[in-house]
Amino acid sequence: MLNRGRNIEKGRVITRRMFILAAAKILLFAGISSRLYNLQISDREKYEILSDKNRIREWKTPPQRGIIVDNFNKVLASNDRVFQLHLILDEINDFDVTVFKIKNLIGLDQSQIKKLYKKKERLKPWDTLVVSDNLTWEQFSKINLYLHELEGAKPVLSTSRFYPYANDLVHIVGYVGDASPKDLEKPEIKENFVPGLKVGKYGIENSQEKMLIGNYGIKRYEVNASGKRISQIDYIKERQGNKVNLTIDIEIQKYAQELLKGKAGSICAMDIYTGEVVAMASSPTYDPNKFTHGINQKDWQEIRNNPLKPLINKSIAGLYSPGSTFKPLVALAALEYGILDPNKTIRCKGHKHPYELYGVKYHCWKKEGHGYMKLRNAIKQSCDIYFYEMARLLGVDKLSIIAKRYGLGTNVLGDLYNDEKNGLVPDTKWKRRSLEQSWYLGETVINGIGQGYIQTTPLQLCLMTAQIANGGYKIKPHIIKDESINYKDVINKIKLDQSNFPLHERNYLDDIKVEFYQRMYHKKSNINFVLDAMFGSTNEQYGTSYKSRYDDLKYQFAGKTGTSQVRRITDLDRELDLDTDQIEYKKRDHALYVAFAPYKDPRYAISVIIEHGGSGSKAAAPLASKLIKKIIDRHKLREQFNNGNTSLA
Amino acid sequence: MLRERIQASNYSFLDKLRSIDYLLILLIIAIGLISVFAIYSTEGGKFSFYTKNHIIRLSVFFSLFFVLSFVRVSTWYKNAYLFYFVGLVLLITVLFFGISASGAKRWINLYFLNLQPSELMKIAVIICFARYYHRIQSSDIQSYKFLIQPIILLIIPCYLVIQQPDLGTSILIAGSGIAIIWLAGLNIKYFVYSGLLILVSLPFAISILKPYQKSRILTFFNPDRDPLGAGYQIIQSKIAIGSGGFYGKGFLKGTQSYLEFLPEKHTDFIFTLFSEEFGFLGSIILLLLYILLIYRIINVGLVSRSFFAKLYCFGFATAIFLYVFVNIAMVLGLLPIVGAPLPIMSYGGSSLLSIMLGLSIVMSCKIYNQEQISAY
Repeated sequence: MLNRGRNIEKGRVITRRMFILAAAKILLFAGISSRLYNLQISDREKYEILSDKNRIREWKTPPQRGIIVDNFNKVLASNDRVFQLHLILDEINDFDVTVFKIKNLIGLDQSQIKKLYKKKERLKPWDTLVVSDNLTWEQFSKINLYLHELEGAKPVLSTSRFYPYANDLVHIVGYVGDASPKDLEKPEIKENFVPGLKVGKYGIENSQEKMLIGNYGIKRYEVNASGKRISQIDYIKERQGNKVNLTIDIEIQKYAQELLKGKAGSICAMDIYTGEVVAMASSPTYDPNKFTHGINQKDWQEIRNNPLKPLINKSIAGLYSPGSTFKPLVALAALEYGILDPNKTIRCKGHKHPYELYGVKYHCWKKEGHGYMKLRNAIKQSCDIYFYEMARLLGVDKLSIIAKRYGLGTNVLGDLYNDEKNGLVPDTKWKRRSLEQSWYLGETVINGIGQGYIQTTPLQLCLMTAQIANGGYKIKPHIIKDESINYKDVINKIKLDQSNFPLHERNYLDDIKVEFYQRMYHKKSNINFVLDAMFGSTNEQYGTSYKSRYDDLKYQFAGKTGTSQVRRITDLDRELDLDTDQIEYKKRDHALYVAFAPYKDPRYAISVIIEHGGSGSKAAAPLASKLIKKIIDRHKLREQFNNGNTSLA
Repeated sequence: MLRERIQASNYSFLDKLRSIDYLLILLIIAIGLISVFAIYSTEGGKFSFYTKNHIIRLSVFFSLFFVLSFVRVSTWYKNAYLFYFVGLVLLITVLFFGISASGAKRWINLYFLNLQPSELMKIAVIICFARYYHRIQSSDIQSYKFLIQPIILLIIPCYLVIQQPDLGTSILIAGSGIAIIWLAGLNIKYFVYSGLLILVSLPFAISILKPYQKSRILTFFNPDRDPLGAGYQIIQSKIAIGSGGFYGKGFLKGTQSYLEFLPEKHTDFIFTLFSEEFGFLGSIILLLLYILLIYRIINVGLVSRSFFAKLYCFGFATAIFLYVFVNIAMVLGLLPIVGAPLPIMSYGGSSLLSIMLGLSIVMSCKIYNQEQISAY
């Protein structure tokens, strides 16, 4: 019975220990349940997102870039269909093998392969490598045929930029290219970027990126663990970028560009009331289409090494002394401030008896001298002596107030072009501040003929001319159509204001700020005097651009020549008195011309600059004359179109 | 002895049928059915290889279970050591003639089935220990003489299984063995001491682990250490379970497994798939089924007269608990991934066979619960 007692005891121990174990089991199961609760109920959202991230892969589809059109809705930048080859890096196991296969299929050379490897190094492992953004149809179909052997390869039907007017517009429209790391920092690009997408590099393409770039589409696919697409879940269609409407008339632009062929220089044309830039040509030029798929080294060197510097947009980034084209403004300033009676006579005695100030001699351009001159004649024949004296009497500070008011010294198109220059309108304060020197009277004297410190861009000269020609009203120059302004009203308002000879409440002789489409002059008669003198310069005998005139009232224009020295003229030069052809190109004067047309009821202002072209009357004025005819011939068309008659498009 | 025989032979077949634990059978069938659906889902809703195989195995092994349930407990008792010995021989056979898959040598090719002896060993150890402690007097249990034998009996199969290598099964074998030693009433201090010993020797133990085992343990503590490598399974499993939510994504709609983000989804990670598709609710129900199963097994032990039956049932219940707990804790990221199937649910012949075998012994304990077994 001892045995039995022991057995009972043993049974009890087993049962007791079983219950202890059971308690432990319950505890542990409770632990599992709470973990399940944690994962599936508390953190459910987190894991749902992770699960979707797992199974859903997004593919971005590139948007079409917005088109750019001219004033008449003619397409200046369009999109062509291109075939591209992309590599999805994280789908590739052996990059070398894939590249080798691709090389054999589409025939890449050694340097292209090197470039691929370089590109790859810069990318993150999940990025897309664009092998080629412009395959031929043959290459593209080959890739598609062997696609099953090319892991990670993705043939893409995309679009690329095409500029039908190629060279004629590159300085305005700009061009596109691959996005640089710096480009990708810009929010508008960063938000909408898709591998292989081209972004604006210069000009409108660059500054209007936000408008043009569009929004990419998203294709969402369900994928399995190895990244294979199982099904398309949804597709948000890409949105093409907005259209950008320029004020340029491509026909005029083309013609301007043609006139500049073989020369270095610029032609700008502007509506004097609306401020719309009708043409803005710069020469020499280059083909933006070459940049779209990456320019090759040879073409690039050719552009870069061209001594006439095609890359510089001379209309806004070229700085020139305005020379005699500045004279109408000097005369206007002198009249406004009442410095001198326009009937005051000054004698120009030629090189033998130059203008003298504190022992320094200042020569007129005309060797024999102009003889006795009054102000109108001095403008018409561009007598330097008269302007030396007038500038001396006026003083540089007063001149600078007027010069700035009429558009010099600040950039014209705002932040549209990152290379646009401000130019320089000097005054005594400026010199003291930036050169830490005091102003010399001699500097005022040469400033009077647009030489010295003063520097302007061709577009500034065009604006200046426009704002004198419209009767002295401030306009808002622009190259992108501004739908918010009704130009018909603007023109009518300015014309009404002109005929009313309004009384002024403000002192226009002070350095005041003038609003757009408001008058800038002190006395209406002064403006009229200058305009009349410019008429004489072009349309009367002895006028400097008399040869380029039109007698037909429809085309009749008024202008002012300018010849801007690029170096100091020595006594020896004066003695030699060489023809332009005989001087070394780099040392030749720049030829300038500003004009407005038609003389009766003007609508357009124009500026022409031919670098090292010699004299303004011979090199610049004839071009202006030709272009003016073209502009006026097209005026009716433009007027009708802009007033809503779009059927002409 | 005579009385025992009389008692046993007194059972008519009807009596035997009457004393079957039908709830237990119901639970087995329920879990079996769930497993069929789960494995059907791993194949993306196609009735193909795994599903077919699993159904065949379930039916064959269930029949086997039913037939073997009528084997008398005493027969199991008598052949307990033989069972263990056969298991050991098979394990040694694996060592020499085993077939390998994915770096582990665990199987013997029996032509109709690739047998995994380590799975059988899980049961063999329990039945062997139950017999061992059945005959030992409670006064002798604490003595070293009687302690050293089971320890050796435990270490040999564990060592062989670790060599395969199969850490998970080895731990489960050891766990079941230790559970019975505990149930038999070994003084608690031994457990405390050996626990401390294990803790102290842990750094050493880790150093002799295979690199893949080490990385599994390291990634367990920090799955993000290697999200695409060793930590991948844990992370993906957690994502699958977590994204299931309360009601789950629905039958055949588990994206994680359907899109093949889940590794080994029809074996060790079957719970993950189930939990993703049936959510918290389904998981808790499955868990409750297992708890009920364990409860029924314990119940059989409670109504059994012999120590052998009691020890076996309690031990087997603990083993089932361990399998379930280790597996689920593993896929929930609470334990390192060690490779332990979920009883009945996981696809795999040997595991299913051993569980069914184990259950048939439980059932036999139930049917013959009044049978006394003398300690000869």
